[in-house]
Amino acid sequence: MFHLELLTVGLIQGAMYAMMALGLTLIYGLLRILHIAHAALFTLGAYAGVLAANAGLGLLPAAIVAVAIGGIAGPLVYVAIYRPLLDKPPYVALIASIGLLIALEDGFRLVFGPYGLSFDNNPWFITGWMIGGIYLNAVQAAIAVTAILSIAAFTWFARRTRAGVAWRATVTDPAMARTFGVEPDRVRIMSFAIASMLAAVAGVLIGLLNNLVEPTMGSIIAYKGLAIIVLGGLGNVPGTLVAALLLGVAESFGQTYLDQVLDRDAIAFLVLIVVLMVRPQGLFGKAG
Amino acid sequence: MDAYILSLTIFVAINVALALSLNLISGFCGQISLGHAAFYGTGAYVSAILSVSGVPFAVSFVAGGIAAGILGFLVGLASLRVREDFLAITTMGVNFLFVGFVRKQGWLGGEIGITAIPKPMSDAGMATLAWILVAATAFLLVAIRRSWLGTGFTMIAQDEQAATSLGLNVGRFKLAAFVMGTAAAGMAGVIYAHVAQLIVPDAFGFVVSISILAMVVVGGIGSIFGVILGAVLLTLLPELARFANDYKLLIFGALMVAVMLISPGGLAGAFQRLRAR
Repeated sequence: MFHLELLTVGLIQGAMYAMMALGLTLIYGLLRILHIAHAALFTLGAYAGVLAANAGLGLLPAAIVAVAIGGIAGPLVYVAIYRPLLDKPPYVALIASIGLLIALEDGFRLVFGPYGLSFDNNPWFITGWMIGGIYLNAVQAAIAVTAILSIAAFTWFARRTRAGVAWRATVTDPAMARTFGVEPDRVRIMSFAIASMLAAVAGVLIGLLNNLVEPTMGSIIAYKGLAIIVLGGLGNVPGTLVAALLLGVAESFGQTYLDQVLDRDAIAFLVLIVVLMVRPQGLFGKAG
Repeated sequence: MDAYILSLTIFVAINVALALSLNLISGFCGQISLGHAAFYGTGAYVSAILSVSGVPFAVSFVAGGIAAGILGFLVGLASLRVREDFLAITTMGVNFLFVGFVRKQGWLGGEIGITAIPKPMSDAGMATLAWILVAATAFLLVAIRRSWLGTGFTMIAQDEQAATSLGLNVGRFKLAAFVMGTAAAGMAGVIYAHVAQLIVPDAFGFVVSISILAMVVVGGIGSIFGVILGAVLLTLLPELARFANDYKLLIFGALMVAVMLISPGGLAGAFQRLRAR
């Protein structure tokens, strides 16, 4: 029973990682950029959510506000920071991205204070059910449902819509996509919007789960997200989702059984380094 | 000299040595490392443990450098397996693993760290030692740049595949860069531990790695003079402008973004362009 509970907690954590990592891998697939500042949009979403909710909106409208703000801020980051750096060596965008994350985190601290904000009214936090002997609160359920819905919506978008086909064509061969009338820049802006909306909703949900939104809530996820997309085989969407769930479970078991030796947040990197030494292309990456 | 100024010169020297040693790995040899603080921390922890148990400073100094170099060798081996983005993430992982491991080790003091590290000499002596380390590192970099080793590094940094097909033993060059760079960072860690006399895991976290990287890129990745300038400026900036101390990370982060957007060659690159005009 105890192990079942660890598994459930791990899978829910993994679902949250999946929402973050999906955006990261989208952007990597398209631009070959390790978008560390993705976590700043996660934190921005969480702040937007907590401020909107505390201003009197319900939780659902507040989440929608957060998603909208994420959807605007993400493309702005692309246009202001990444677009001018596309023809530079990859480390240039990486360093700019790290710089942006650090600056924005410090910005959140200066604007909203170092101790973070809580939801005045967080009914989901206190509502819960016993399911098969495991206690699950409404936020955890919401994370699982949101992750499944958003990943399903993304799959539908990529497979069935015109914009999705344009996106896949641009990932496979940007030059060829352009000759068929796809504007790569518009595809990139759209990808940043989608990825950032996912990050924002993940931020709101984690804010609800901990009932706390703080300036550095994204930093560990920023770096773990990178570990996940590398494990999944950079740019590989299904691989990334599996790696996210595996990591969530590995952490929840590791936290119980490895606590004497290793910090929880280091487990991701232990797994990462071990896997990379055996399979340098990641768990699900193509060889070569 | 005023004690504050003296300790400031020591910290400037430590940061210059760290930035120069990272420049050897990332600037000269093109291997972006996001985990330099792990090697800095290894030097600090190994030497602190030894000094606390009564080993003479000279021995712990050398041991700290060697231990960091050994860890650097292992990470260098990783750089033979994974490249570019994968390597950057791996080195970042090494840093998180280092902090996550040290934090849980009772014999390394856990969260509280190691206290009461004996000071081997006066502050003036430590300052001299720190600046000798800087001079030695800078000299090493200049010597490397002028040698066949430096030519090999440049080739690898510019095009690893081409270097391999020209018959260069790329692996050996990378390992050499990692071992030398990390050993120097370890020695900087030894000096830090014996000046501060107290070390905690967070002093060697990822943010520190990023600060070192910021010094390198603001100064100009690959340039010796630029990196020294970058390290001095970024260390003094929060000290000179007290108000800036509260905004330290905001300024570091914004500078990293601005430099990448305006002049990816950093200050050195900007000077060069001015002179070319």
